[in-house]
Amino acid sequence: MDQIEKLAADAPLLPAARDVAGPARARRWHIAVFLAPALLVYTALMIVPLADTLRLSLFRSIEHVPAFVGLDNFRVLFTDPRWSEHFWAALRHNFYFFAFHILLQNPVGIALAALLSLPRLRGQAFYRTAFFLPTMLSFVIVGFTWKLILSPLWGVAPTLLGAVGLRGWFHPWLGQEATALTTLALISVWQYVGIPMMLIYAAMLAIPHELIEAAELDGITGFAQFRKIKLPLIWPTIGICSILTFVGNFNAFDLIYTVSGANAGPNFATDILGTFLFRTFFGNQLQLGDPNMGATIATMMFLIILAGVSAYLFGIQARMRRYAL
Amino acid sequence: MSRAASPARPWPLSRAAVHLVLILYAALCLGPVLLVVGNSFKSRAAIFGAPLSLPGPATFDLVGYKTVLGQGAFLHYFANSLIVTVGSLAAVLLFGAMAAFALSEYRFPGNRLLGLFLSLGIMVPIRLGTVAILNMMVATHLVNTHLALILIYTAQGLPIAVFILSEFMQGVSKDLKDAGRIDGLSEYTIFFRLVLPLVRPAVATVAVFTMIPIWNDLWFPLIVAPGEATKTVTLGAQVFIGQFVTNWNAVLAALTLAVLPVLVLYLLFSRQLIRGITAGAVK
Repeated sequence: MDQIEKLAADAPLLPAARDVAGPARARRWHIAVFLAPALLVYTALMIVPLADTLRLSLFRSIEHVPAFVGLDNFRVLFTDPRWSEHFWAALRHNFYFFAFHILLQNPVGIALAALLSLPRLRGQAFYRTAFFLPTMLSFVIVGFTWKLILSPLWGVAPTLLGAVGLRGWFHPWLGQEATALTTLALISVWQYVGIPMMLIYAAMLAIPHELIEAAELDGITGFAQFRKIKLPLIWPTIGICSILTFVGNFNAFDLIYTVSGANAGPNFATDILGTFLFRTFFGNQLQLGDPNMGATIATMMFLIILAGVSAYLFGIQARMRRYAL
Repeated sequence: MSRAASPARPWPLSRAAVHLVLILYAALCLGPVLLVVGNSFKSRAAIFGAPLSLPGPATFDLVGYKTVLGQGAFLHYFANSLIVTVGSLAAVLLFGAMAAFALSEYRFPGNRLLGLFLSLGIMVPIRLGTVAILNMMVATHLVNTHLALILIYTAQGLPIAVFILSEFMQGVSKDLKDAGRIDGLSEYTIFFRLVLPLVRPAVATVAVFTMIPIWNDLWFPLIVAPGEATKTVTLGAQVFIGQFVTNWNAVLAALTLAVLPVLVLYLLFSRQLIRGITAGAVK
C-alpha cells in the first residue's frame, strides 16, 4: 500500500487532477485505507488460491512429498485411459450442455423479452416476476423439484402428458443414459432463461421511441420491426448473455450433483467438468481424493473459460457494431 | 413512457395470442414450485392419488413438516445460512463501497490497473481455486467455521459490487463533495455521510445480487463446511432429502421450507431487483 502512496507523490497526474492533488498530497493515506480491506480479502481468497491451484497442477504427491512434475499431470489427464476417458467425456458433455443453452436460452429469452416490451402490455409486472422466479431458486430446490416431477413414481409428468394425449411419450428421462444430459440441460435452461430475458428486456426498453416511431411511420411494424430495428440494437446484450452462460456452464456443478449425484449417473452420462473436478479432488466411493489432479482439472477449466472470454472480448465484442443511441 | 408515444392501434387478436404465450410460460415457471408447495400440505395418499389438486380439508396433512422439524436441525441450518449470508453481505457492501469510492473518486497511478485486477473476479469463478482454498482453510483451522464461508463469499461478491458501485459513485455530484472538503470534513466523513447515503439504491441492488448466490450455494458448504454445526440450509436440504428419498411428505416439506425464505425475499424485493437489472443494463 505504501507503494501507492510513494507513486502518488511523484507521478505526473493529469492536469485536471494536479491542482487538487497538490495540497492533498500529504494526506492521501485514506486511499489505501479505503482500498485495503477489499484488496486483502480478494487477493487472499481469490487471486492467491487461483494462482496456487495453477501451481499445484504442476506437482504430484509422491509418498506425501510434493514433487515437481512439470506438465506431466496434463499428459496423464489427456492420455492415461484411467483419466482421459472421463476427462474427454466430461468436456464433450460440457460443450453439449453449453450448446444446448445457447441454442435454446437466448432465443427463448429474446422472444419473451420482445413480447414483454410490447407497449401497453397489461400484467407486465406479473409476467416479469413469474419469469424471473426460477432464477432465484437454488439448484438444490430446482433439481429435486424436477426430479420429483419427472419421476415415474409420482406420475405428474405422465398425467400431464396424458391430458394432451401423449402419455405414451413419457420415459424416465433422467434415468436413461441417452436423455439424462439433455433433460438436465433443459432444467438448467428453465431456471436461467430469466437472465437473458431480463437483460434483453432492459436493452429493448432503452431503445428510444423516436426510433420506433420513425419505423412505424415508414410502415415497419410487428415482426419486421423487431428484426430490422430492435434486433441489431440488442446484439451486444445477446453477446454478454452468451458469455455469462459460457462461464456459468463451464463452472456448473450443483444441479448435476443434486439430481445425479457425484458420479453423475446414470453411468457418468451427465458428468461435466464441475462434477469431474469434485470427484477427483474430493474423492468418493470409487477413489481417493487427489488434490493435484483436481488442480489440473481446475486449471483446464480456467484455460477454457479464459479462452472463451478472450475470444468474446477480442474476437466478437471488438467487431460488433454498436449504435450510439 | 411509451404509453403516450404512438396512437393506439390495438390488434385484439394478436394481443390475445401474446397473452396466451406469456400465461403459458408463466405457468411453466410457477407450476413446479406451486406443485411442490401445494403437495407438501397433503397426506401421502393424496400426494400420489391427486398430485395436481389443491390441498382440501380431506387431504390436508402436516405430517411432512412434523418429520422435518422433528429432526430439529432445520432451524439450526436456517440460522447458519443467515449468519453466513448476512456476514458476507455486510463485508461485501462495506468493503466494496469503500474500494469503489477510492477507485472512482481519486486519481492515483495504478488506479485503472487495480480496477482491472478487481474485475478479473467477475469473469473467473472463485470455484476454480477450491483446491488451494481448502488447503488454506485446513492450514488455518478454519474448516467447518462460519468465518471460512464468510471470507470466501466476500471475495466472491466483491468484484461485481465494486464494479457496479463505482459506476454509481461517479454520478455523485462533485460540488457536494468539494463543499464538504471546504467545510473541513475528512475524506472518511465525506464517504460515510455524503456519498454512501446517496448511492443507497445501488447498494440495495448489489445486496440482492450478492445475497442470492450465497444463500443458494452448495459447493463451498459441501467442501469447506460440511459439519453439522455449520451446515447451511441449502446443503442441509440436500443431505436431508437424500436420506428421506422415500418419505415424500418430508421431502416436499423440506423443499417448501428451503424455498420459502427466497420466495418471500423475492416477492418483497422483486421490483427493486428488476429495476436494478434494467438500470444496470441501460448503462
